[in-house]
Amino acid sequence: MTHTHEIQKVDAQDREIDSTRRQFIGGSAGALAGLAVAPGVLLTQVALAKPADQPVSSANRWGMLIDTNKCAKGCDACVRGCQTENGGGANEPHSAENQQAQWIRKVELHDKSTGYAHSLPLMCQHCEHPPCVDVCPTGASFKRVDGIVLVDKHICIGCRYCMMACPYKARSFIHEDLQDQLPVAPRGKGTVESCTLCMHRVDRDGDNALPACAEACNSEGHEAVIFGDLNNPDSRISQELAKHGGTQIRADLGLNVGIRYRGI
Amino acid sequence: MAVMLRKLRSLLLLVGMTLLGLPLTAQSGTPLPEVPEATARFSETQGCVEPTAEMRKNHMKMILHKRDQTMHEGIRTPQHSLEECINCHVPGDDSGKIVRIDSKEHFCNSCHSYAGVSIDCFQCHADRPVKKTEFHPLVTKPSPHHAEAISNGPVSTGTLEVLAEEGKLQ
Repeated sequence: MTHTHEIQKVDAQDREIDSTRRQFIGGSAGALAGLAVAPGVLLTQVALAKPADQPVSSANRWGMLIDTNKCAKGCDACVRGCQTENGGGANEPHSAENQQAQWIRKVELHDKSTGYAHSLPLMCQHCEHPPCVDVCPTGASFKRVDGIVLVDKHICIGCRYCMMACPYKARSFIHEDLQDQLPVAPRGKGTVESCTLCMHRVDRDGDNALPACAEACNSEGHEAVIFGDLNNPDSRISQELAKHGGTQIRADLGLNVGIRYRGI
Repeated sequence: MAVMLRKLRSLLLLVGMTLLGLPLTAQSGTPLPEVPEATARFSETQGCVEPTAEMRKNHMKMILHKRDQTMHEGIRTPQHSLEECINCHVPGDDSGKIVRIDSKEHFCNSCHSYAGVSIDCFQCHADRPVKKTEFHPLVTKPSPHHAEAISNGPVSTGTLEVLAEEGKLQ
């Protein structure tokens, strides 16, 4: 008993020492990195987020790699994470269930010949050549220069042509007045909406950003989603794709999507 | 400031009416919008992000300009952002009362209902401070209203240094 107590005591001391040491190391590393940044040589490597007053750049192409082998069947953490972040969920009481907005949905796949079943999250694939943008009559559906496909709801007239054009069924229409929207995701009646790749987080954190779905997946311990810059060969997503590859859903359409999958 | 302006305006009205020889009694009850006070000041000398007269006349131009910048270019600075207008001008739910856009106590509605100009911003946008967005840690001009807020997101080395100097880093 005494022995256990001693061990615990030592452990506690260790932790104390560790935390001081960490602070010291953190501080020194910060100072060193600061020195390196000053000439502006390593700036892009150290501070990857763009300054807030600068526009997004076509140097980036944001995307995600989803490993369906890590995606747990029956788990909908990503869907709930998205709803919490962007204010979706139970705020369309007058709409039928199949009419309610789905920015991201879980899809179950079954191989009849082998009986193998797995699941994956499906959302806007952020195409390089988005059909929704091609067909939009007002210019509301657009692709940002960094590859994120969005709806400018100020211009959207709610014709839903983009919903027809999308091969991934990724867009939703809002049929009724909403309340209590969140500042990061204005949503309203009569407009089409879809996954924004959590652009407010991307604009803030750049390469270090983590969309809400990926964050929720990580906190469940699955870590099935990798977010990053497809244009940057050093980013984790590019390295993973270079190493083990990834599949585009309906690659035959030649849309060059930003969301890649593994294991499908 | 607003009270002073209101007094000044009433005074001018009185003087004008006197000069025109109109009866004063009819004018003393002229209704004016009761615009709620903001919760913070931009600086010691300036109440809002631009001079008050400029804001009264051109706030919509600024919001529209910022809207397109944010939507299409991802520029998310607090100044001229609708969210920051709301954060400062509309009381939060923690103040004990929920003020929605259809209430006369709502900053935007207090004046817009008086002027008979309808707005549809809040069919989609949050009409009160709901959940504060963490702005980029490197904003070039930090919001005066949230100067003390430190982002929980990943911060760059430059920010770390500044925070360390200020002794705010744990």
